[in-house]
Amino acid sequence: MLKFSKDHEWIKVEGDTATVGISDYAQKQLGDVVFVELPQVGDEVDAGGELAVVESVKAASEVYAPVSGEVTAVNDTLEGAPETVNASATGEGWFVKMTVADAAQLDALMDEAAYKTYCDGL
Amino acid sequence: MTDTLKTTALHDLHVDLGAKMVPFAGYDMPVQYPMGVMKEHLHTRAAAGLFDVGHMGQCFITAQDGTWETAATALEALVPASITDIQPGQQRYTQLLDDDGGILDDLMVSRIDMPGHEHMLYLVVNAGCKTADYAHLDTHLPDDVTLSVKDDMLSLVALQGPKAVEIVSAMNPLVGKLTFMTHGEFELMLDDGPIFAHVSRSGYTGEDGVEISAKHDDMKRLVGQLLSHPDVKPIGLGARDSLRMEAGLCLYGNDIDTTTSPIEAGLIWSVQKHRRTGEGYKGAHRVAGDLKTKTRRLVGLKPEGRAPARAHTEIQDEDGNRIGEVTSGGFGPSVGGPVAMGYVDVPHNKPGTSVNLMIRGKTNPATVVKLPFVPNNYFRGE
Repeated sequence: MLKFSKDHEWIKVEGDTATVGISDYAQKQLGDVVFVELPQVGDEVDAGGELAVVESVKAASEVYAPVSGEVTAVNDTLEGAPETVNASATGEGWFVKMTVADAAQLDALMDEAAYKTYCDGL
Repeated sequence: MTDTLKTTALHDLHVDLGAKMVPFAGYDMPVQYPMGVMKEHLHTRAAAGLFDVGHMGQCFITAQDGTWETAATALEALVPASITDIQPGQQRYTQLLDDDGGILDDLMVSRIDMPGHEHMLYLVVNAGCKTADYAHLDTHLPDDVTLSVKDDMLSLVALQGPKAVEIVSAMNPLVGKLTFMTHGEFELMLDDGPIFAHVSRSGYTGEDGVEISAKHDDMKRLVGQLLSHPDVKPIGLGARDSLRMEAGLCLYGNDIDTTTSPIEAGLIWSVQKHRRTGEGYKGAHRVAGDLKTKTRRLVGLKPEGRAPARAHTEIQDEDGNRIGEVTSGGFGPSVGGPVAMGYVDVPHNKPGTSVNLMIRGKTNPATVVKLPFVPNNYFRGE
């Protein structure tokens, strides 16, 4: 199940690992993604701290970690094909895989229905 | 916020077309349409893109004695370009300079080509500068020279791209006879009757194309008909910026401002030889001085890899010394990679020089290149 942050990141927890990316709403707002700067495997990130930078034709936007943890993998295909983020934001366009240091942080995130209501109000 | 923003005559149309609207220079303007910046950019280079530039300032300068010489001489005291020798139907790019030779704005100056009106100067200035420009002109033009601002009456659009002129020529074949940086007054035959328009063969994309000025209601009819053409798509400010960057054209507020001189900005081509002597207009000493004392120059920068270098990115030499700053940068859709412009200290401005761009604390190698990034397609005659 996907959970969403107010900053438009999504997170999907499977066992010990979570996959993180930006929402479909976010990719539509950004427009054509031309570059994604990803962290290094092994980087420790804090919830709400900078995780990645996504660049569209027009501007650079920061992507924040929805929870604290350690980066265990990054999506290398985004280096050569950043447009994957536009084509499949919540699928092949994922950014990183990471551990979840504190599962309680997940409770602060929105489920899909709550996130949709949140976006409709923006 | 939105209720304090001004709108152009075409504002409702942008909203109907599904544009994403943003505040720009005090106006609520379309930054992109549903097509998206990338496709809008590529469409303009392949066919024809329609830009609403009605937020820009349009004004006329005339002398009370009704002569061209008096009006042209008055403006010539405020800009580095030669004005008095402009022929009817010619257009020239220049800059308004302050006393220190800093750039207050850049602008297009035309001499009207219509019997009985050849004494008139027509100016197009930047939206963000126009209020200050008009005040500057009011203050510094002599009492016998009059500035008439027409922003309440006239709209302005640009149709840019390889198919632009052919499309407008279908409304009046004489438009096709214009060459780059010339203009005229034309009757354009629309399906619902003719309109009267000022058409210049110029633009801000590096492509062939025209800019068209007409009364607001006539412009709405013209734009409606242009958008019904299958090769014409509306283009927002996002693609306007990436197109002009690839074309190596300066954006006021980014690449030029009151801290930069026309010479530093690489605009020497817009300063005719006899205007480089150090006198004859406001700020002339700086133009002459900067030609002698070469301190810094605006250059093109081609970053390696895919990371765009945005404005204010620090530029270092290979030894890690700061040598300048990026003033415009982003992704060039036609180049297929990042492009940037910025000022570097001389002699690092030589094409081929290796430099480093400090993007988010990391060193990104780049090369100084000649502008433009994409060859110009201006029509200079058969």
